[in-house]
Amino acid sequence: MTTKEDRTRPLLVLENISKAYTGVVALCNVSMTILAGEVLALIGENGAGKSTLMKILGGVVQPNSGHIIIDNVRYDGFSVTESQSAGIAFVHQELNVFDNLDVAANMFLGREIRAGFLGLMDVKAMHAAAKPLLRRVGATFEADTPVAALSLAECQLLEIAKALSIKARIIIMDEPTSSLTLSETKTLMSVVASLKAEGIAVIYISHRLSEIEECADRVFALRDGRAAGELGTSDIHHDAMIRMMIGRDLNSLYAPPARPVGEAILSLRGVRTRAKPRALVEFDLHSGEILGVAGLVGAGRTELAEAIFGIDAILEGKVMLAGRPLRAASPRAAIEAGVYLVPEDRKRAGLVLETAICENVCLADLYAVSRHGVVSQSLMKARAEDQRVKLDIRTNDVMRKTAELSGGNQQKVVLGKWLSMRPRLIIFDEPTRGIDVASKVEIYKLMRALADAGVGVMMISSDMEEVIGVSDRVVVLREGEIAGSLSRSELSEHNVLKLAVGAN
Amino acid sequence: MQKKDFGLAVLIIVVGAVVYLRNPLFLSPINLGNTANLIGLFGLFAIGQGFVIMTGGIDLSVGSMIALLGVLFVDMVGKYGVPWPAAILVVILVGTLLGLAHGLLITKLRMQPFVVTLCGLLIYRGAARGYTGEATAGFPFGANYPALEWLTIGRSFGVPHSFYAMIIVGTVCWFVLHRSVFGRHLQAVGKNEDAARYSGIRTGFVITAAYVICAVLTAVAAVYFAMFTRSVQPSSHGNFYELYAIAAAVLGGFSLRGGEGSIIGVVLGAVLLQELQNLVNLLGIPSSLNFAVMGAVILTGVLADQQFNRYRAKRRAMIALGVLNRKEAAPRQEQAAEIICPD
Repeated sequence: MTTKEDRTRPLLVLENISKAYTGVVALCNVSMTILAGEVLALIGENGAGKSTLMKILGGVVQPNSGHIIIDNVRYDGFSVTESQSAGIAFVHQELNVFDNLDVAANMFLGREIRAGFLGLMDVKAMHAAAKPLLRRVGATFEADTPVAALSLAECQLLEIAKALSIKARIIIMDEPTSSLTLSETKTLMSVVASLKAEGIAVIYISHRLSEIEECADRVFALRDGRAAGELGTSDIHHDAMIRMMIGRDLNSLYAPPARPVGEAILSLRGVRTRAKPRALVEFDLHSGEILGVAGLVGAGRTELAEAIFGIDAILEGKVMLAGRPLRAASPRAAIEAGVYLVPEDRKRAGLVLETAICENVCLADLYAVSRHGVVSQSLMKARAEDQRVKLDIRTNDVMRKTAELSGGNQQKVVLGKWLSMRPRLIIFDEPTRGIDVASKVEIYKLMRALADAGVGVMMISSDMEEVIGVSDRVVVLREGEIAGSLSRSELSEHNVLKLAVGAN
Repeated sequence: MQKKDFGLAVLIIVVGAVVYLRNPLFLSPINLGNTANLIGLFGLFAIGQGFVIMTGGIDLSVGSMIALLGVLFVDMVGKYGVPWPAAILVVILVGTLLGLAHGLLITKLRMQPFVVTLCGLLIYRGAARGYTGEATAGFPFGANYPALEWLTIGRSFGVPHSFYAMIIVGTVCWFVLHRSVFGRHLQAVGKNEDAARYSGIRTGFVITAAYVICAVLTAVAAVYFAMFTRSVQPSSHGNFYELYAIAAAVLGGFSLRGGEGSIIGVVLGAVLLQELQNLVNLLGIPSSLNFAVMGAVILTGVLADQQFNRYRAKRRAMIALGVLNRKEAAPRQEQAAEIICPD
């Protein structure tokens, strides 16, 4: 089945694709070619049009003009069925797995192998068919493993295996590593390499430029819905990519602290959380420093943040905020004490997407924009407008729906909600996940400014570059416990990882 | 007034005009008065239902609650001689407790609203029938309660007081839902409960409050209904009324997923439903087709609204692209200011 495809023949050609949504232009005359057996990295800031381009390839969205050529067949409108029969498969950022089914059932969903005159599912045949595919992607789980038992990284391997099962020739990976740990990322990289060796083209979308340097043969950049340039294998460098994405150079990503570290803002002593009742947590966060919290997925970082913020319960131990006990039994209590959380999943927990930007900015502090319990639209707008200017939220009107903003700007709305109040400690949980480079830099600057102003800044991140670049000190969690603390001079990928996995 | 409400108002006027042309009795003072009375009665608890649907929940128990509270009220006043203001207070108090029970079961014990209130529907109906032993509860022959009757079934300037009651309740609720901090919290909880909780909103309290509001308004409606019918037949009184309330809310632009809807919308929804009932009577359509007409109109209305929105979104996209093509020749900087690309 693995026909040796001609490595120079274009598998897929996009010509002059344009697409506009309600009042908004997402793509404008974009042309792109994909060759067999190449890894094409697609980069661009959020809002550059990557997602729209991918939706068009998937047949989910129809372009307003332009066409797609596959195997010398020209398509003006490209449907989901046409996309699938052309061999285009997706591995999504948000995984589309059904965790009430097992691995094989997920793999053959909608294409179940049937047997007998009743046409019932042939579970055995499906398991048998799934096995070799799982081996090809280096999976260590079995065809009959329930998906609920798989980790995020394993689910991704399942999706790749599923793509192989439909004989995909082009696999599109959208931010595949955003939730993976370092070692899982390495596994994925080797899977990508083996797909390439089989002649499968991979479109790799990521904001993590070091990964792209590692795996891509060619880089294609989008900016404001237009093609912003291409890089061949030998030209793929950090700076070149950033220049294409934002159209200028970025001087420095990370700013050093402006003042010496002061007294402790947050202290945890003998803390046990309901999520990890057996682990004991103790650490201090000082004013003037950015404290990074690293660890593998599942090490209990988010759980710890949520316990401090009052979402989850703290079973025992003391949490002190600037020397006073903090008893946050609910997020409301935490917020009243000035402890804010920028949650990991901004679409679920950070924002009410289907409502106006100004509503989101004021949501946590509505009494401040109301008179005698009656919300004042003008006060609300003024407050949001203030944050829009301060944080450079890219929109012309704070009355617009938050869902219309790009990821980076949505995250700024979450930040605006907290910055318009009186922060004493802000916990950033994966603050730059799925966010473009330019917004990332702005968020780093903001964290630094907050720390310099004496606000406690705690940053949970799985992005090793970010942890090492941004933090002044890092505590590493392992199975819910503090495995160690690293000062700025001790910070390196190797040291963080050593503590995270517990190896000697 | 939102665009949606305006569309509904236009529909009400159009339907009214058609009915009037076919049967001029539609605009006779008697018919208008009677219809206004029904609008008031049904509007009262439909508004309450709106609060619950706003949270993404549903209250199926209101019809049975109207029967149970109606039986209690009639018995208290007619049989036991409880002064009617006290009886109203008791009925509202019982309603509050029932709403509180619904809210707490849903928020504290994490039960599904459909299940909780479906059980309420069964329990309250059963309780009403059991309490009366299937007998109709009524006031003693010749009994008079002038003040109570004035308040409930009386009329001022030809308009029934139930209609005034609905207007007053509607105005207060409009302020609560659309202007107060609580209303914002309610809408946020309905749209995204997690994000609301992470923003420090006491989501459990807000949701429970919605069920209490619904039950209290239902209790008030129960008194009006009891006085309107003068006697309460426990097995049939208020049957299917929950569906009228849900239908009014849906017609009024509420989404059963929560977070969307307006008080004006639900009131207009209640108006349209009664207008349709009236249409069936006045146009000589067999009254057995009553529900079928209502169902067909709701289905068409919701469908038309959805299709219209899709059409508008499509048109806006085309316009945006047109703008782009025209600006193509213009300097790039200008464009950057014009075009906002989504993710």
